[in-house]
Amino acid sequence: MPRSSEPAATGVVVDLVVIGAGPAGLAAVNTAADLGLSCALLDAAALPGGQFYRQPATGLRAARPQALHHGWRVFAAHTARLEAHRAAGRVRQFAGHHVWSVSGGVGAWESHALGGADGTGGPGGGQAATVRARAVLCATGAHERQLPFPGWTLPGVVGAGGAQAMLKAGLVLPGRWVVVAGSGPLLLAVAGSLAEAGARVPVLVEAADYAGYARRPGTLGRNPGKLVEGAAQAARLLRHRVAVRTRSAVIAAHGTDRVEAVTVARVDRDWRPVPGTGRRVACDALAVGHGLLPQLELALELGCAVRALPDGSPALIVDAEQRTSVEGLWAAGESTGLGGAELALIEGELAAHSIAAALRRPVPVGADGRLRALGRRRERLREFADLMAERHRPGVGWADWLSPDTEICRCEEVTAGAVKEAVEELGAGDQRTVKLLTRAGMGWCQGRMCGSAVARLAGGNDPAGTRPLSCPVPMGVLAADDATDEQ
Amino acid sequence: MSRDPLALVRAHPGPAFEFSFDGEPVPALPGQSIAAALWASGRLSWRRTRHTGRPRGAFCGIGVCFDCLVVSDGQPNVRACLARAVPGGTVATQEGTGYAQIQ
Ligand SMILES: Cc1cc2nc3c(=O)[nH]c(=O)nc-3n(C[C@H](O)[C@H](O)[C@H](O)COP(=O)(O)OP(=O)(O)OC[C@H]3O[C@@H](n4cnc5c(N)ncnc54)[C@H](O)[C@@H]3O)c2cc1C
Ligand code: FES
Repeated sequence: MPRSSEPAATGVVVDLVVIGAGPAGLAAVNTAADLGLSCALLDAAALPGGQFYRQPATGLRAARPQALHHGWRVFAAHTARLEAHRAAGRVRQFAGHHVWSVSGGVGAWESHALGGADGTGGPGGGQAATVRARAVLCATGAHERQLPFPGWTLPGVVGAGGAQAMLKAGLVLPGRWVVVAGSGPLLLAVAGSLAEAGARVPVLVEAADYAGYARRPGTLGRNPGKLVEGAAQAARLLRHRVAVRTRSAVIAAHGTDRVEAVTVARVDRDWRPVPGTGRRVACDALAVGHGLLPQLELALELGCAVRALPDGSPALIVDAEQRTSVEGLWAAGESTGLGGAELALIEGELAAHSIAAALRRPVPVGADGRLRALGRRRERLREFADLMAERHRPGVGWADWLSPDTEICRCEEVTAGAVKEAVEELGAGDQRTVKLLTRAGMGWCQGRMCGSAVARLAGGNDPAGTRPLSCPVPMGVLAADDATDEQ
Repeated sequence: MSRDPLALVRAHPGPAFEFSFDGEPVPALPGQSIAAALWASGRLSWRRTRHTGRPRGAFCGIGVCFDCLVVSDGQPNVRACLARAVPGGTVATQEGTGYAQIQ
């Protein structure tokens, strides 16, 4: 327990701080602790697991959480290892701690975290913490990319991954009759889980198609696991009688106080709706998402270089050992590009070995072979991830879904008409200028929900979300931090 | 095939408790977020926007969109998808910035 008048955990100094307890962060912290490093694991959520292994809240006492998961055995093994490392004092775990800033430099980093949800406290939270470390691993994952359409702000329209997250953690559904729409393989998992949990999913609407994958037999051949996974998901959808409609999109949601129906239309190669193909489908919820965007605030603030993935989203550049362009800072998992849990696990393990070597820990006998094998698997999975990103890259025609009064920025209630005016009449050529002219992206979420749409309407790619702080920070915490800096 | 999520994972939660939402009792299970309990009670919206007063509820489900804000025990701007429901808690629809609701 921290002593009363001191900021909590200021005294904690470790070899490695891992930010994010998803598959990447868990693999990294367990490997690093195995290799003899003292570690701290910080995560905003109350329980480890990240998005893929999001666990039901402890109080719900789920006897078979694996019914909502794939690869639960791998996760269970990781949590057991984490528990053992914690008990032995090799890992300090800070659950419910959101890191709002990382400062310092190579060999001497400081991670500043806030405890609890919005200052409401809660298990593992409620306390601010600063952890000092010689190395930092950023494993902060991703959030969903959204492309607006008329009616997308109606209650009952929820993120596809969001519905999945609420289901896995709280064991709840947004409705009983749920359309799943957008683009990307996550939709298959979401439709399957919702149906398994008792929702009726009348249709899964995918703007791209799956046929495109077959045009890369080489990549598929090198990833047989992905084929098996895809086949299993298709079988599950069939079992639950979920119709799958490709090259189609939900171009409007209808209702007054909540969603009652959606319009599904065929789209062309550029995702432009084909006139006359719109059909109304009744539902009481819509789970929608157009892929994922890496969560990069902390790394960008420290100056890490990024690259554009084949779908236009920015990801951290890392080398073969998961080193970012900033010395002393590593990254693993979705922050280096979307690739799924298996890739995230591999990257976390590789990063830990690299960090241990950099901190001059002896290499265990036989490690070389394993590292080479992991490196090869990473290349294969990365190749598949690139194919996936390319196939589901948002087509430019999505903008035709918009009507002038469609809200683009949910927080500031900025319409498509206002954004269009900023771009076409006032000459704004990028997201930042549109933001200054319209306030789109200046609200609570700081452009996480609208940034992609605004940047694309201004003719660009997904923006690399540079934000000085990664979450809201009370003034008192900032002031206290300033005071410590001046001492 | 009348499955529900609790049956699917064979959950045996402790007894349900109640919190109040806009003066009405809402049941919650131990561990559920405010948003999860509201969804389970069939409620999808619990915020009205600042400019046009439109209803909103949970959207991203993971704490990044801020659409799910509520006034919880007098504190505005609490993300309902992250905050735990607590027995006897008082949750209210957040109107606009929520500050006008602080007594
Ligand atoms: C909402 C959502 C649902 C998803 N559901 C599925 C699914 O069902 N199936 C599937 O195959 N894939 C799913 N994905 C994809 C998923 O992101 C990856 O497959 C996998 O979880 C990536 O692992 P990761 O370790 O890179 O990141 P994540 O699993 O995303 O873990 C990142 C962790 O970092 C924490 N974090 C982020 N920023 C901070 C910070 N500043 N301070 C402290 N902690 C922080 C987060 O709380 C999180 O626990 C989902 C993605 C999203 C966004
Ligand atoms: S639902 Fe997005 S922040 Fe709560």
